[in-house]
Amino acid sequence: MTDRVRELTSVLAADPRSLAFVELAEALRQRGLAREALTVVRQGLARYPALAAALDLQARILCDLGEDAQAANAWRAALAAEPGHLEARKGLAYLDYRGGNVAGALAALEELARDVPGDASVRLALATAQRAAGAAAEPPREADAQASVVFDVARGAGDGALLIDPNGLRLAGTLERSDGVDAAEPVAAQLAGVSREAERASRLLGLGAWVSAAVEGEQGSMHLVPPTAETLLVVVRERAVPPARVALFAERAARNAREWLQGLG
Amino acid sequence: MSGRLDTVLDGVTRVRGVRAAVLASQEDGLVVAAALRDGEDGETLAALAAALAHRLRRAGESAGTGRARFLHVRAEHGMLCASPAGPDLLVLALADATANLGLVRLALLQAVEETR
Repeated sequence: MTDRVRELTSVLAADPRSLAFVELAEALRQRGLAREALTVVRQGLARYPALAAALDLQARILCDLGEDAQAANAWRAALAAEPGHLEARKGLAYLDYRGGNVAGALAALEELARDVPGDASVRLALATAQRAAGAAAEPPREADAQASVVFDVARGAGDGALLIDPNGLRLAGTLERSDGVDAAEPVAAQLAGVSREAERASRLLGLGAWVSAAVEGEQGSMHLVPPTAETLLVVVRERAVPPARVALFAERAARNAREWLQGLG
Repeated sequence: MSGRLDTVLDGVTRVRGVRAAVLASQEDGLVVAAALRDGEDGETLAALAAALAHRLRRAGESAGTGRARFLHVRAEHGMLCASPAGPDLLVLALADATANLGLVRLALLQAVEETR
């Protein structure tokens, strides 16, 4: 059990009416403990049945578990509790997409893009759905995997993933440490030029082009992948998440980031 | 002292695919001891790896991953691995792309223990 999970568990034990169950369930989900997360959020919802944030989280967990029909019900309940709930709308669009209703997903995402034009995750999801609608040649499983990443980011599960440019500036994503400190800017600044340095070292050592880099620390791990020659994607997770899984997150997110960057032109 | 370090580094190069193992200073990337195969250049390895490892460690610390235990860079034709041995030294390994990263990692962490 990580410190944060232990801390939130203590808060809930001391005050079962606390809303900390939402954060605890999210922390468990992000550590890959979907069943445990579902138990926690359901216990909380028994007390707060109309809490939209908890309903949204329950839907995301169910979605992770492949329980799409139940997830849809939870997102509809979130919309009933809070009309226009953005994450619930994104989630339902994703379920349309995943269920093969690309036209439905496209319509929902176009509406979202009009309502929240500044939301990069919606733009990315819309681009993915548009490609799927226009290019049936794309293998469905691959398209689904990409969309899953898009929507994971869209729903906020992408906390801890950051895309930076060669000048050390953030292009997309967030990076929050377990103590709640926003680490995006210092990390981006410190990683400025790391792609060039890794490339140079790899070539001088006869290793060819670099593919990825990773740091395994006492409190967590960080994985770096260059989606393009000019950008760097950073994924950070706490120690409870095995470094190999962090690498998988990073590789999937890098594929997605590459598409997003291409879409930006 | 040197004989003991050589033995420690030999333990790293016994992992299949490892072409070089070097103990270097973190600060300036100078070689303290090396076990090299196939004409590998330990000084170049130490200098480049120490600079890159320094940058990665600092970024990791800012991101909240704590003190680094193991770092690696994967490339098309191989990998570069590093593990800090105390505040001043780094144990490095240069390996083929086919080397088992898990085994290289264990060998480096073992080498770190043995240099203490």
